[in-house]
Amino acid sequence: MTDSATGVAASAHATQVHHGEISFWRTYIFSTDHKMIAKQYLFLGLFMALVGGFLAYVMRWQLAFPDTAVPGFGFVGPETYNVLVTMHGTTMVFFVAMPILLGAFGNFLIPLMIGARDMAFPRLNMLSFWTLAVGSLILLSSFFVPGGAASAGWTGYPPLSARPIYTGVTWGLNLWLLAHAIEFASFLMGGVNFLTTAITMRAPGMTFFRLPLVIWQQLTAAILFLLSVGPLIAATVMLLMDRIAGTSFFVPSGGGDPLLWQHLFWFFGHPEVYVVLLPAVGFVAEVLPVFSRKPLFGYRWIIYSTITAGILSFMVWAHHMFLSGLDPRLAMPFSLTTILISVPFAILVFAMIATLWGGSIQFATPMLYALGFVAMFIVGGLTGIFNGSAPANIQVHATYFVVGHFHYTLLSGIFFGGFAGIYFWFPKMFGRMMNERLGKIHFWLTLIFFNATFFPMHLVGLGGMMRRIANPLQYEFLQSLQPINVFITISAIGLALSQLVFLLNVGWSLVAGRKAERNPWQATTLEWATPSPPPHGNFDALPVVYRGPYEYSSPEASEDWLPQDRLLVARSG
Amino acid sequence: MKTHAATQAISGIPPGKIAVWWFLASEVMLFGGLIGTYILARLGSAGWSAEAAHLSAPMAAINTFVLLTSSMTMVMAFAAVEKGDDRGLRTFLLLTILLGLAFLGIKAYEYSSHIMAGFTPSTGSFWSFYYTMTGLHALHVLAGIMINLILFLMARGRLVNGHRVELAGLYWHFVDVVWIFLFPLLYLT
Repeated sequence: MTDSATGVAASAHATQVHHGEISFWRTYIFSTDHKMIAKQYLFLGLFMALVGGFLAYVMRWQLAFPDTAVPGFGFVGPETYNVLVTMHGTTMVFFVAMPILLGAFGNFLIPLMIGARDMAFPRLNMLSFWTLAVGSLILLSSFFVPGGAASAGWTGYPPLSARPIYTGVTWGLNLWLLAHAIEFASFLMGGVNFLTTAITMRAPGMTFFRLPLVIWQQLTAAILFLLSVGPLIAATVMLLMDRIAGTSFFVPSGGGDPLLWQHLFWFFGHPEVYVVLLPAVGFVAEVLPVFSRKPLFGYRWIIYSTITAGILSFMVWAHHMFLSGLDPRLAMPFSLTTILISVPFAILVFAMIATLWGGSIQFATPMLYALGFVAMFIVGGLTGIFNGSAPANIQVHATYFVVGHFHYTLLSGIFFGGFAGIYFWFPKMFGRMMNERLGKIHFWLTLIFFNATFFPMHLVGLGGMMRRIANPLQYEFLQSLQPINVFITISAIGLALSQLVFLLNVGWSLVAGRKAERNPWQATTLEWATPSPPPHGNFDALPVVYRGPYEYSSPEASEDWLPQDRLLVARSG
Repeated sequence: MKTHAATQAISGIPPGKIAVWWFLASEVMLFGGLIGTYILARLGSAGWSAEAAHLSAPMAAINTFVLLTSSMTMVMAFAAVEKGDDRGLRTFLLLTILLGLAFLGIKAYEYSSHIMAGFTPSTGSFWSFYYTMTGLHALHVLAGIMINLILFLMARGRLVNGHRVELAGLYWHFVDVVWIFLFPLLYLT
């Protein structure tokens, strides 16, 4: 199948492929191979997910059974609770979602799907990963310094974060800022690498409009990150100066403005949501056509919608600040842009549903997760409209309604989108199939407990429960909601335990899974033309691309899929 | 039938240059965020020009001249490497490095005279911005000096890749342009 492409593109690169034996250190630790670096990102992200997940468990226990000793942790006071809230958010967004969705999958997929042997800058790639590893280490070490870890919320709002006296945290918060700065540097290098690779190293014939959608999503995410993180780095420098050099950018008593931080943070914060979300959308867009045996509906419209959403995401940031003393005249335009941004996402969702229409749907595990993503994302999107319009926002601002909404959009991206990606590409990454039965058990448990955990949060939120409170029983009007809080906590523990099925599946499949052939899902994109797992240098010979990525059930081919790199001999003219 | 394999869409631009441009785009956002914040804060509060009057505009003008000259020597270093003139390359790289160091020296002298006059980062909002903006810029100059130093040391030994001189030049000119914005905003208004 791949032999049809032989010879045409055997370029000078081919000579670089055959290396001698590479030492253990160069193969597994300081590797420059994009596939190994992808696995490093994946395992780092999964490890940090255990940390972030444990913090969530301690928080949930405290909310359900306030001021009782948490099994496996101990007593949680209000101060510790603030640390839990802060570090859970930081860890999950910056050290779990980004490493897995961008670091792991971006690195793994971009060279394979565009038909390249590696990234444009393999050593920079290695540096990006190890920079992130150092950042993670600094973040973890901040738990153990005197004064404890950062506790000013994952958004780090000043003046709480600007002076140590307010929280009692000194080095913890400095290290928190440092870990962020290092994480930003890591993903800046990674993003530059992604973009350069996709611009310069595409295989012959791989035009931009033949790129698989997940590549478009990864590139849009990289651009959004590159362009939005600058102001936040500036803000981080300013906050660090406030803390250690005595400046007063954000301290009102010295003439500063705390709102300034919120502007700079959310200017980054909203694009960042899409940095995490778009790759997950990309995974789903790859999985749906394969298991529907149909071309993706509206390929170009999805691209245009993604770009539109990306541009709009720079114009919505103040919707996080409706209740912060923002000029009410500003609330209306930001409401408008926020609700406008649901249009491109509605197009995305409709294109995904239309892809299913009339398809021969196979409910394999990746497909279940992809469908789960679409369903959960609709819930998150609809609650987003409540948050986006200023009058409704005033009711639900900083309540558990927002927490529920946030987890339905972002966590559904990580859980359902991310697992769709892992189950789909695991055979290519590790050369073995995952267990379908365990995968399906994992999916249904995750789906049930995910909804049981996060849907009731909307209810307690509408009931008035504020987020970031350590003990809801202190408030008389929240006491009637306590049974729901207990229910959420039990569901959350169930959700965490369900992930053991996944870990079991990964462990079992790595050792005893059925060996995967090149193209187990009968898919069309270029990564399936390589052996599973692909060797150093990926392709036997660089492929030549003849068509777009979603040629399923094409009348031109004898099978129901037509790979991008297969040359068809014209039957007429 | 779409069976033709087109050639690569963009093949003329070397990867290094594309990467540096993307990096500079994010740097523009970094300094853009700081400068934008500064302008908004300054428009919103009175009395800053009195604070700014304590800065020495002639000293900064000399520094501007030094940095602009260093951009010129950087261009001449690239011109030399294009002609295969190794000696010219080393000379102009060294000149660029020395001019960069001179810029930092003058800046350090300015800092120390402000601090001796009692203007520290915690004196007030203007000084917060002044030290943060010029300090971040000075760190960028320092990074540029180190890049040029690496190129200079490489040019002494094996053959230096002219492409790298061009990329270092792109960064150096960017740092120069940032100063062109900082100078009037901080010293002249």
